[in-house]
Amino acid sequence: MTEAAQEAFSGTGGPGTARPQGGTFSGRAHDKLHDAKVQRAMRNFNLAAARSRAMAELPELEDIRTAAAAIRDTALADLDVWLERFETEATRRGVKVHWAETHADVNRIVAAIAREAGVRKVIKSKSMVSEESHLNAALEAEGLEVVETDLGEYIIQLAGETPSHIIAPAIHKTREDVADLFHQHHGTPRKTGIPELTMEARAVLRGHFLSGDMGISGGNFLVAETGSVVLVTNEGNGRMVSTMPRVHVAITGIEKVIPTLEDVACVLRVLTRSATGQSISNYVTLATGPKGAGDADGPEEMHVVLVDAGRSTVLGSDMREALRCIRCGACMNHCPVYQNIGGHAYGWVYPGPIGSVLTPSYIGLENAVDLPNAATLCNQCGVVCPVRIPLPDLMRKLREKQVEAGLRPRWERAGLRVWSWFAQRPALYALATRLAARVGRLLGGKRRAIGRLPGGGWTGERDFPAPQGRTFRELYARRPR
Amino acid sequence: MSARDNILRRVREARQAAAAPTAEEARRVDERIRARTVGPRPAVQGDLVERFLSQCERMSSTVARVACLEDVPGSVSAFLSGKGLPLQAAAWPAVAALPWDAAGMHVQARPARGDDLVGITGVHLAIAETGTLMLLSGPDTHPVTSLLPETHVAIVPADRIEPAMEEAWARTRRETGALPRAVNFVSGPSRTADIEGQLQIGAHGPFRVHVVVVG
Repeated sequence: MTEAAQEAFSGTGGPGTARPQGGTFSGRAHDKLHDAKVQRAMRNFNLAAARSRAMAELPELEDIRTAAAAIRDTALADLDVWLERFETEATRRGVKVHWAETHADVNRIVAAIAREAGVRKVIKSKSMVSEESHLNAALEAEGLEVVETDLGEYIIQLAGETPSHIIAPAIHKTREDVADLFHQHHGTPRKTGIPELTMEARAVLRGHFLSGDMGISGGNFLVAETGSVVLVTNEGNGRMVSTMPRVHVAITGIEKVIPTLEDVACVLRVLTRSATGQSISNYVTLATGPKGAGDADGPEEMHVVLVDAGRSTVLGSDMREALRCIRCGACMNHCPVYQNIGGHAYGWVYPGPIGSVLTPSYIGLENAVDLPNAATLCNQCGVVCPVRIPLPDLMRKLREKQVEAGLRPRWERAGLRVWSWFAQRPALYALATRLAARVGRLLGGKRRAIGRLPGGGWTGERDFPAPQGRTFRELYARRPR
Repeated sequence: MSARDNILRRVREARQAAAAPTAEEARRVDERIRARTVGPRPAVQGDLVERFLSQCERMSSTVARVACLEDVPGSVSAFLSGKGLPLQAAAWPAVAALPWDAAGMHVQARPARGDDLVGITGVHLAIAETGTLMLLSGPDTHPVTSLLPETHVAIVPADRIEPAMEEAWARTRRETGALPRAVNFVSGPSRTADIEGQLQIGAHGPFRVHVVVVG
């Protein structure tokens, strides 16, 4: 296990943190499939349709996807040079740039900034990187008040849970859940209308925006040309946390750099359409340094924390393409597995197909042993990814690595050994398969389907189509010529 | 070794590059920045103002068009009255200099506060492709005025409308040079769909964005 992974697994937990859940993916998936609330909540999920409507209006889509992937690849190809360029430009504009090798470093750096600036209250807009390091719990341990301000993040912070989607973190919650949480935490009369709940959150969080000392955001992109951090939000909380408090800290992965302002324009066209089906998000902010002479508003200090925590390792591996990711969520929105179980079954910060690739890469394959198998390899994710990450190929590579590392279950390894013993003996293999085809036909009976196989797992939910009495090799030998 | 050096070293190892950055790499990065490569993008056809106005409405902004700056206060006053909103606002200083009193409005030149209901701003530029306002922060162009009030009114001179973000960046480099502390692109009122995926207008930013094109 990497140092970063150890840190992630030994986190202290608590509200808003991303403690990996115990058990296996398949166990958690089973629970979610039988959780009526999760099943009801997942039916509200409609981002795939929104994307498809938006993309239908963009004839240049395929070319833009190719260009966006190329922009990301350009940055990754000379990543350290681009990062140094970003650092130079940002520093020139008065930004303090910090480098975090591990998740522990992230928490230590942000806590030190808060201490030095005498911060008491922290307001946060969405940052998945901060979920990786359990930043909220670390800051709370320092005696700071931490308030998530993205509505979805706020809801799950009140519930003491983790995000189940990277852009719709509370999608697993129903309005009834939210009504209970607000009633309990705000001490207001219980209300169940979604507009009323949204207005109540606005009123409560407005107070926090006006009284926070430090704002923490993620960073959708870092622009090397200008040293800017790009924040993309619909609610406006990205603008709030980077404008109202006297300190702004943006935390983002080292892979997020792109070369120029023109590249921002290009990548945004596919980011927002892929995420929510919008031609642009309501707010796109480029933050470049603290407030200048004469400025009446804006933070007095701006910090950027550049996080490695496993990314440089992925860069040097055959998973590099995963670092192109711009965190739109389209792969999970289109994944038939994700749509049925939600994000918590994946057990770490990033769910869905991109999570099945990133989680084993960041916290070790041995700690995410069945995630690369949490997919049917139907390639919906590969088809919709705005930066053309070949997600099924990467999951297949991880499956190969699992086998090579001996991480598959004993029964599966034993089964493959038996199969390979037969497969290397063609005469015996032919005999065994002929026998199996005939027995299978008998078992299938008139229904031509087997209702129960030994072990029972596979046939628990469906029938196994029975063999029809002849093997492929027999049929092939007898084909008309 | 600092964390910075360790990370940069690991990245170079991952790239299988020489231990120290080379002149060739620096040249490659410089050239890529200088090239300002514009990617493939949708054509923005027809009349820019018409396109801008229709895209604004698509992003749930309301729109109005007047012939000259002197007509702005009357138009804004009528809009606010129609919505039952107060006829007072915080505004950018340049905007506050318009003849608001004559239109029955009380407009103060100051940054908006948390309790202001209406904020009035100009724009740096606007973008026809997406119905987007581009606002630059500055001593006289306060970002809070387009953020805190429930209603944001933006005055957009027609000759400030560019086809797309690429043209907006190019013009900003020409006219302004370095970017200010904050460049804010605003496309309609703030929104969220975080409860059961149902779209709600008015999350943390304004409930209403009213765009008045001049000219």
